[in-house]
Amino acid sequence: MSSNEAPDVIAEGNDDDMPENTHTDMAYDVPVSSSNDQIVLHPEIGFYERLINNLLADGYQMCIDLCGVDYFKNLTRKLPNDATAERFELVINLLDLSAKRRIRVRVQLPEDDPKVPSISMIYPGAEAMEREASDMFGFVFEGHPDPTPILLPEGWVGHPLRKDFSMGRIPVQFKAVEGR
Amino acid sequence: MSTLDHLRNRDAILRISESEAENRAEVIDPDDERMIINMGPQHPSTHGVLRVTMELQGETVLRSKPVIGYLHTGMEKTAEDLTFLQGPTNVTRMDYAAPLFTELVYSLAVEKLLDIEIPERATWIRMLMCELNRMSSHLLFLATNGMDLGSVGMMIYGWREREEVLRFFEKVTGLRMNHNYIRPGGVAADLPDNWQADVREILNILPERLEQFDVLMTGQPIWRARTQGVGVITTEEAIALGATGPILRSTGYAWDTRRTMPYLAYDKVDFDIVVGTYGDTFDRYAIRLNEIRESMRIVEQCLDMMPKGPYRVEDRKVTPPPRARIDESMEALIHHFKIFTEGYKVPAGEVYTSVESPRGELGCYLVSDGGPKPQRMHIRAPSFVNLQTLPHMMHGGLLADAVAVISSIDPIMGEVDR
Amino acid sequence: MADIYDLKQKLGLGDAGLAGLGHNIFTAPIEELVKWARRRSVMPATFGLACCAIEMMATGTAHYDMARYGMETFRASPRQADLMIVAGRVSQKMAPVLRQIYDQMMEPKWVISMGVCASSGGMFNNYAIVQGVDQIVPVDIYAPGCPPGPETLLHAILALHEKIRTGELTERRKSTGKGAGFELSHEHAPDAQPEPVIIRTGRR
Repeated sequence: MSSNEAPDVIAEGNDDDMPENTHTDMAYDVPVSSSNDQIVLHPEIGFYERLINNLLADGYQMCIDLCGVDYFKNLTRKLPNDATAERFELVINLLDLSAKRRIRVRVQLPEDDPKVPSISMIYPGAEAMEREASDMFGFVFEGHPDPTPILLPEGWVGHPLRKDFSMGRIPVQFKAVEGR
Repeated sequence: MSTLDHLRNRDAILRISESEAENRAEVIDPDDERMIINMGPQHPSTHGVLRVTMELQGETVLRSKPVIGYLHTGMEKTAEDLTFLQGPTNVTRMDYAAPLFTELVYSLAVEKLLDIEIPERATWIRMLMCELNRMSSHLLFLATNGMDLGSVGMMIYGWREREEVLRFFEKVTGLRMNHNYIRPGGVAADLPDNWQADVREILNILPERLEQFDVLMTGQPIWRARTQGVGVITTEEAIALGATGPILRSTGYAWDTRRTMPYLAYDKVDFDIVVGTYGDTFDRYAIRLNEIRESMRIVEQCLDMMPKGPYRVEDRKVTPPPRARIDESMEALIHHFKIFTEGYKVPAGEVYTSVESPRGELGCYLVSDGGPKPQRMHIRAPSFVNLQTLPHMMHGGLLADAVAVISSIDPIMGEVDR
Repeated sequence: MADIYDLKQKLGLGDAGLAGLGHNIFTAPIEELVKWARRRSVMPATFGLACCAIEMMATGTAHYDMARYGMETFRASPRQADLMIVAGRVSQKMAPVLRQIYDQMMEPKWVISMGVCASSGGMFNNYAIVQGVDQIVPVDIYAPGCPPGPETLLHAILALHEKIRTGELTERRKSTGKGAGFELSHEHAPDAQPEPVIIRTGRR
């Protein structure tokens, strides 16, 4: 299992709007949480690109994975800083090869307008992964150099990994063999 | 110039859509020596359904783009419809040359969400089977790589060795491929009696055969001329593009998750990481050949150090009870019924686990909403990300080298398209 | 070209070739010879798609050895191939490519659907996989398994050889246009360009 050390910049602070007793852990200026011993950052869409640049500058050289998640009606999940949970999430996993640590970034994307800046200019390896996410979920990556379908045939209507896209199951028909 | 500027200015990727490529291919401009040609998706190179659109000037490849999606199976969507116990049957068919790795990474993710410890013997069995699978996958690579570069005999030799390993797999798991053996909680069945003799036989046969491959390919001038200096990539480019596995190691960077971020019991066994120097096709071939030798070392240590004990976790809510118990105990019957119909519930949460597959870092991002089926399962396939290095490796090379480069990346289209 | 065609018609050869001649004491040995040649040197077209392709390659190499049946030369060009072994799952994006390759093959041609994904969609009953390659091409032999081991594939190949030997396959294809119970509504001459084909499924 990948082990993680705590990032250098963690500050505990009280937000002025929050009630007295709650703390919001912050790292890299965004709320941070821990999920099964893995560090997860929760930026807002506006701060997302800056955060990725900061993480690259801090040593996370490789974008390991970029994918989307569709939570559909499951909007009651807990997020730090009591942020609103949207229908879609964009999840980016980064790897720091020198310090051997991983970090995860989760961005909430609204259902009606899942637009987010593309990070393929920062991590060229994310280009194909962003194309896959836009194929499967319908995310729009602003500034992406090649927003064409990658896995689905051209002209495909719909985004298969959304929960309201049906599985496409065909009831089994037993075909009789002639003759015999 | 930074790596990113370097990659961008090289202009190696042919970023046009498929319909546009078709239209442009029909326009013939006599003054323009450049033409767009299409390679695949059905072509004799045995890498599955990969299509490469290339812009050629004479014999030189200027820009190219791998077009994928011809094997898109909707496996991630299927996974949301299968219980966590059925999950490995689905993911095992992604990387069909090394199926046990995808099963392993999925099982590790589920076990992390369940927060259970699996017994030591199960860990060592998994390690043994995975290293044997690494050997069979690399033998497949050697066979297909050899055939792509002209050595048809290599195809026959590589498969002959692979059959030895597959015979052992059939003995243990019941299947030659797509085993569904590594499941959350441990493994499906214990190793059969006298398995040490079978493994020792494999370890006895292989070293001499690998020497034959060295004679056939490594020292041979034609092989060297065709692979040395072909498809070069640097460390910075590989890291920026997200390439891992033999591609990253061929550039000289010693990154192997088994050593740097150990999982299973890799910190208890002794093995070396094989690293190249120039980042070319020859280095990648040599790395995989020597990784077979390193895997043999690990297998030998597994033979000696295999602990005794249960082969799966004893928690009856996660692993089904033995069949004989079902006749005796009502509880066992209920557990069996619940596990196989409804499935066991996994606590809500999300986790990312990764292993070192023969192609690179294989990861699984699993989200559970507390039910018996995953909310989202995403497999980070190494071949999918490694294919992005293809245009940069082919840029400026000859058309004849394109096959060598594609083959050296060792893509498995099942996991690229999922 | 037209003269040769007329000559063929006059001799009773027509489109069926030697098999169209009435079975008599002179043509029977020739027919047997033709069928023997056809089944002893079937050339498969490389159509390995997914996991079944690995087992197909295993069948072709030393341990299971298709060369003893004359089949180890996998022709990359469909023009040179007789047999298309559809090995693996056919996705929606791959389906037109498969049809195009099939159309480029010369008669007589056969199709083995290898594995459950090619035969019926297999375990992937979803939006992305064609539920059975017989939705696209007429199939002669279905080989079940996931993946079918080399022995199963060899059994399928030998069953195909048997069908060629009895002449059942070529005759049936010519007279009804069916491979395994599906009727194509488009009659095409051997060297027509591939055209969109309307395929009706189900029993006619």
